[in-house]
Amino acid sequence: MSSLSLAVRDSSTMLRRNLLHARRYPSLTLNLLLTPIVLLLLFVYIFGDAMSSVIGGGGPDRSAYIAYVVPGLLLMTIGSTVVGTAVSVSNDMTEGIIARFRTMAIHRPSVLVGHVVGSVLQSVMSVVLVGVVAVAIGFRSTDATALEWLAAFGLLVLFATALTWIAVGMGLVSPNAEAASNNATPLILLPLLSSAFTPVDSMPGWFRPIAEYQPFTPAIETLRGLLLGTEIGHSGWLAVAWCVGLAVVGYLWSTAKFGREAK
Amino acid sequence: MPTSVMPTSIRGGGQLPPAAVSAVGLRKAYGDHTVLDGIDLHIPAGSVFALLGPNGAGKTTAVKILSTLITADGGQAQVAGHSIATSPDSVRAAIGVTGQFSAVDGLITGEENMLLMADLHHLPRREGRRVAAELLERFGLTDAARKPAQSYSGGMKRRLDIAMTLVGGPRIIFLDEPTTGLDPRSRHTMWQIIRELVAVGVTVFLTTQYLEEADQLADRIAVLDGGRIAAEGTAEELKRLIPGGHVRLRFSDPAAYRSAAAALRGTTRDEEALALRIPSDGSQHELYAILGRLDSAGVEADELTVHTPDLDDVFFALTGATVPDQPKETAR
Repeated sequence: MSSLSLAVRDSSTMLRRNLLHARRYPSLTLNLLLTPIVLLLLFVYIFGDAMSSVIGGGGPDRSAYIAYVVPGLLLMTIGSTVVGTAVSVSNDMTEGIIARFRTMAIHRPSVLVGHVVGSVLQSVMSVVLVGVVAVAIGFRSTDATALEWLAAFGLLVLFATALTWIAVGMGLVSPNAEAASNNATPLILLPLLSSAFTPVDSMPGWFRPIAEYQPFTPAIETLRGLLLGTEIGHSGWLAVAWCVGLAVVGYLWSTAKFGREAK
Repeated sequence: MPTSVMPTSIRGGGQLPPAAVSAVGLRKAYGDHTVLDGIDLHIPAGSVFALLGPNGAGKTTAVKILSTLITADGGQAQVAGHSIATSPDSVRAAIGVTGQFSAVDGLITGEENMLLMADLHHLPRREGRRVAAELLERFGLTDAARKPAQSYSGGMKRRLDIAMTLVGGPRIIFLDEPTTGLDPRSRHTMWQIIRELVAVGVTVFLTTQYLEEADQLADRIAVLDGGRIAAEGTAEELKRLIPGGHVRLRFSDPAAYRSAAAALRGTTRDEEALALRIPSDGSQHELYAILGRLDSAGVEADELTVHTPDLDDVFFALTGATVPDQPKETAR
């Protein structure tokens, strides 16, 4: 068997294992799903009027704010899901079966690839669920073409892949589930410091570069542009560059960490 | 006293048979702490080898190195004819490992664990199902096959663990303390499993801190202490290394005790217990001679016990620990 087909076969076996875990124990996934949904309802129904006067410049307009906030929350959903990835990777590493995998003639990174692919699938499912809630409370895309929908979907998958590889690395360096959860918390907090809830222009001047160039903001602006027809500008390339960069760094970090021998 | 199951002495043949595992000068240290300090091994294919030692002797480290889980700092080893350093994947393809701590996936069922192994060994789906079902049946896990492995008892987890190890049909199996923490019944079941493996030609490398276990199962035993092999041989050879065999006679009548002491020479007296200790290898001939003397002197002992040195004596003598107080004796 060629090494590529070995890698694909072992990775799909590991993916099946991870999906089985997720199916048997869905509580973690569901808990993490709650955060973005609660935030969505909170920002629309509680803060909606106040927030919308900031972005619209005029009077309160809740429906305009729904349109503004949804793209950010969709990406935040991914950040929230991958916290679960860090926790489950960290948990998994304490299982004896990992040592068994290391003594078997299998494609070694397949253990991690299984986690990543499983987690990306979960992210996509979560994004769809949050999206359904968003549509239910009044979110509508304005004139997005099929190609733009496809690009939006591609961006979400790419973004999920990048964050997942980072989360896997975080899970690997964490000694236990609590530490993994703590280490991955920035992935949930980062969207709060982006253009997800308020435009970067409304932030203090010294903070704007941080908010503008962190990975969430360009991805959010790109998604907004694709779904709502706002200006994308250089955000598109920036988002793709961030995703590819994070994915590569996360992959190298994780595989190096996992390849290192157990004590 | 039970003896080893199937002695396969490597003496006499002149040439060494092909080794399943061979190692020269294996070393491993964690920081300043030397765990293995130059280990040499030669384990013939199809035999059972036991690495015996107290906690912290380096047994698990040796297994981890030979099963490619960690790398050695020095020395060389070949497993199934492949170097652990240069072709670990070839080694991995030939071995099965059951570590000290349960290597099952607790979140999925026993059957799913078995099918996972079948998939990772790239068995065709139908054959994987067959092998999984057969092994579950063989290890008495069919009824529990659909339950999550984390709900299994300790003994069941170990059986599942070994069943998973066997899915790929490994030629060499490493078992790190396979019976630690098991109740006596599960321990005997495990021994039976190991004997069956050997019967079909599998080489078994096991570690244990139970001397009886090594004695029961192993063709050859190496005593590991402080990272070095203190002694190696068959159970019988190891027992011969140290003296200590004797016959013990106990009396309730002081007069009988004194006449027996007079009739037998070379005895060690225990006045308080009214017991005599006569050095002996416990053979029929020597026993007959002792009983003959007692008969001629017209005395009858209340109790006669034959003590053959067992692996405990060897172990304690070799590892420098003190022999515990209560004597290990076998009544005949």
